[in-house]
Amino acid sequence: MSTIASASNTGTGMQFGIFTVGDVTTDPTNDTTPTEHQRIKNILTIAQKVEEVGMDVFALGEHHNPPFVPSSPTTMLGYIAAKTERLILSTATTLITTNDPVKIAEDYAMLQHVADGRVDLMMGRGNTGPVYPWFGKDIRDGIPLAIENYALLQRLWREDFVNWEGKFRTPLQGFQSTPRPLDGVAPFVWHGSIRSPEIAEQAAYYGDGFFANNIFWPKEHYMKLIGYYRQRFEHYGHGAASEAIVGLGGQAFMAKNSQDAVAQFRPYFDNAPVYGHGPTMEDFTEQTPLTVGSPQQVIDRYASMRDYYGDYQRQLFLMDHAGLPLKTVLEQLDLLGEEVIPVLRKEFAENRPANVPDGPTHEALVAKRDAALLAVAEPVEAPEAAVAS
Amino acid sequence: MTTRKIAVIAAGLSQPSSTRLLADRLADATTRQLQSLGVDAEVQIIELRDTAQDVVNNLMTGFPSPKLEAAIETVTGADALIAVTPIFTTSYSGLFKSFIDVLDPAALTDLPVLIAATGGSERHSLALDYAMRPLFTYLHAVVVPTSVYAASSDWGSTGDAGAGALPDRIDRAARELATLAKESDRSSRMVDPFALPAGFSPVGGYGAQ
Repeated sequence: MSTIASASNTGTGMQFGIFTVGDVTTDPTNDTTPTEHQRIKNILTIAQKVEEVGMDVFALGEHHNPPFVPSSPTTMLGYIAAKTERLILSTATTLITTNDPVKIAEDYAMLQHVADGRVDLMMGRGNTGPVYPWFGKDIRDGIPLAIENYALLQRLWREDFVNWEGKFRTPLQGFQSTPRPLDGVAPFVWHGSIRSPEIAEQAAYYGDGFFANNIFWPKEHYMKLIGYYRQRFEHYGHGAASEAIVGLGGQAFMAKNSQDAVAQFRPYFDNAPVYGHGPTMEDFTEQTPLTVGSPQQVIDRYASMRDYYGDYQRQLFLMDHAGLPLKTVLEQLDLLGEEVIPVLRKEFAENRPANVPDGPTHEALVAKRDAALLAVAEPVEAPEAAVAS
Repeated sequence: MTTRKIAVIAAGLSQPSSTRLLADRLADATTRQLQSLGVDAEVQIIELRDTAQDVVNNLMTGFPSPKLEAAIETVTGADALIAVTPIFTTSYSGLFKSFIDVLDPAALTDLPVLIAATGGSERHSLALDYAMRPLFTYLHAVVVPTSVYAASSDWGSTGDAGAGALPDRIDRAARELATLAKESDRSSRMVDPFALPAGFSPVGGYGAQ
């Protein structure tokens, strides 16, 4: 399984990448604001750079309110697919609550074909209150929507014809979503949550991945949530807790000299959406994984993550928010790709237990499916299955 | 002898503050009353002033600093709470409310609470009953019938026909709180942060089974 994963990706084991929320924010150092058009083109440029500097994943947020521009992720990811060769395209997050699961099934199966399988998704509920009523939903149904919509999405990708009746959408009789998933294998799915055990439970039930955004809270909080997910993954029989599929977010700003990084990033931090004008950068870097300093400091901080969360599969960095100009973001990606990721790859590979899965790829999922089919067809290995069929 | 944990919130902004003075008197009286019921009191006082910036940061970032988290755990894990705020512009202080706002809304359910306030004039004493009491009632806490308001003049008067002097009111409220605190088992309860809602199913109620 590891040989298959490594054949399609630069890295065996861990996958590294970038996730973006796609905010249009004024650069506080010169008071300029990119147009929506500029920001959208910048995101597309950044995504291509992610592959160029040797990273594995680019994940795009989904928003329906300014100052965020990515309302139509598959349009942008489809373009990026055409411009890249290896990069896995993902989301951070896809709104499983307010999107019709039928449309998610079709959009992302289509993207799978366009991108030759280089697609996975991260489900999220969305935390902007008015988006729910704008899409005809009620935010108080957030968890039930995430649970029911995903249950339907699962079936649409796995069953050719679906009869369905649920609480939140019109029933389906004999519905076939189109196109069918590439090679008959649904995209890998992560579930993102900041604090809901229900979502960790859901991810564990399906044997899907669990992603902790790791931006806004201290690591101790996410350690508990991921520990719970790992334990429930084992409970549902998908493998040992150490074999659960874990992804983490993170945030960094670097300069060769750490003092330069601090001076350069401070105005962006102080005025950033969400935490700007709140805690000091010093408090925030101490209390959350945000690391502002030299590449070595970023390496040290993130190499230690597995001590807290166990060996994991995917590390995404938020690098392009708070009004940072494109040129700076591209320089940051160069530093990440040249100085940080190669060292982290080596460190994470060291002493990584053999049973810990690699980061998920389409090829690995196809191989796993084929192996399972073979096991059923092979009466010596699985006599009961053969009798049953 | 059994022990009960008493948390005290003092939301005064100056140091020294009359709010803290009242909080200490209430804590002492509650300790005495508990002792007369055969119960030891373990009192922890939180001066909100010390966590003021942490409270504001929590409002903005959504998570508490380690210092604030310790204060929150002291309050939510107590057997009883004494909450004392200065009255500003006819109500509890903004800092006091902001601290309450960062608590989980279910975290004070069943908690016996004594409410008290300080103010420059006795004309604001009803703020305890139209602002403080509904706040804790909304949170499903159990507020004792006697609330204690101390105007500046109360610190040098012997009371009047309608109400006893400040020490009498403190003792009566403390007696009411001690009676509830004695029966409270909140501090020994195990709280499972990952408890799923009753009837939760990872596939929902429809279709997927």
